[in-house]
Amino acid sequence: MRDVAVVSFAQTPFVRHTNSNDAELVMEVVTAALDRAHLPRHDIGFCVSGSSDFLTGVPFSFVAALDAVGAWPPIRESHVEMDGAWALYEAWVRLQHGDIDTALIYSFGRSSLGDLQDILVQQLDPYYLAPLQPDPIGLAGIQANALLDSGRFRERDFAEVVARSRSHSQSNPNAQLRKPVQASALLDAPYLAPPLRKHDCSPISDGAAAIVLATGDRARQLSKRPAWITGIDHRIETHSLGARDLTRSPSTERAGKEAGATKSALDVAELHAPYSPQELILKEALGLDDKVSINPSGGALGANALMVAGLVRIGEAAQRILDGSANRTLGHATSGPCLQQNLVCVMESRS
Amino acid sequence: MSEIIKGMIAPVKLAYTMNAGRASSRFLRGLYAHKILGQRCTVCHKVNVPPRGVCPTCGVPTEDDVQLSETGTVTTFCVINIQFDAKARELPYACASIILDGADSTLFHLVQEAAVDQIRMGMRVRAVWGPTPLYSLESISHFRPTGEPDAPFESYKEHL
Repeated sequence: MRDVAVVSFAQTPFVRHTNSNDAELVMEVVTAALDRAHLPRHDIGFCVSGSSDFLTGVPFSFVAALDAVGAWPPIRESHVEMDGAWALYEAWVRLQHGDIDTALIYSFGRSSLGDLQDILVQQLDPYYLAPLQPDPIGLAGIQANALLDSGRFRERDFAEVVARSRSHSQSNPNAQLRKPVQASALLDAPYLAPPLRKHDCSPISDGAAAIVLATGDRARQLSKRPAWITGIDHRIETHSLGARDLTRSPSTERAGKEAGATKSALDVAELHAPYSPQELILKEALGLDDKVSINPSGGALGANALMVAGLVRIGEAAQRILDGSANRTLGHATSGPCLQQNLVCVMESRS
Repeated sequence: MSEIIKGMIAPVKLAYTMNAGRASSRFLRGLYAHKILGQRCTVCHKVNVPPRGVCPTCGVPTEDDVQLSETGTVTTFCVINIQFDAKARELPYACASIILDGADSTLFHLVQEAAVDQIRMGMRVRAVWGPTPLYSLESISHFRPTGEPDAPFESYKEHL
């Protein structure tokens, strides 16, 4: 295996409505990520993006976003109709081929243009589930109820996840929700989809993110302190929600094991949990103890641009290594209803 | 009965609010005011129209708006003989790729006020504004021949 590292990360501030189009959003983060690595555009070995046409309602919307990369002379390019975290996985695999030594990954999402409650229904099983139109918050509510019924957690635990996330997002200038809250006060708020309250759900966000990966000596040239990827894996569970134990995440557990998540101590874990109870499920699945700082960025409860928030978790986890504040971190991304698909990326510094 | 089900009805309706972004919004406001705006790239100095806030060749932001001429040259065209648009048009009609004077990328639009068998590469054309200003390329009703001599092939060969 070739050694691959994150050498730079950039993100837009996340907002409820952006005035930028996709190419303008991508331009902002691609330029910043390349500038931070002092990497000229024509030196990028491979370019891969993650986005979804369902968000903008525009077919092949990723092609227009490619304008921000400058695809002339023609470049090596790919796209996944997934969160950018899976684009990063493709780039990591591509770098293993051995003929190139850098890759640019970006993702963009304007969740504000459509109605996510309708759009996310389209990812469900089209025969038995989608025709019933179960909205994503409703499904997350079913999962949260199952978690309460398991006796492992109480509503108070959900509120504490929210309070801790908000206290972190307060110091993240890119987060959308930055107002601190008290867990006890949250329990007085009305239900949205019982037992979920509004604050248990991630906000609707617009934004973009980009990461530059490099191999071996090239990574050491581009960054003083690269975040070396020591393990990366993704796993998926059945489409059928009724066949899953929604209170557990075996796909996260398996991906975490394959990526070597708990082989040695982690300083930081950025978990992509769009609903507060999901963070508790993920923490258990990954076997994280209380010494690990969970979501110092504020996590998806602070901002959750669809198709971007998973890549941001990896970027935030990498950034702690790049800036010297951590030595071993984990970035996690999820996709699908109720944590159906999960990716784990473990990164380390090296002296 | 063991009949195989071969179809089911699953209606889907998704509504979107369009947001053109900064550069495209300026372009669309320009069309409403009967102006065609492009953007010049600071690296390759080419003028892109419609502008999208970035130069697709160089991958750099573009902020330098340029008002373009209403006249241009047909670089290539096609004659349409079937109805496929929701808007029924009189058949046959021609759609052309047009390089506006001062621009480095082409626009697609209708060429009318000419018999379709007279439309040719190099033909000089001018925008005809429609009766109602719109935030759309349809603010231009169509392009019509100017009657000038055809542009030499050399002048537009890089835009084919």
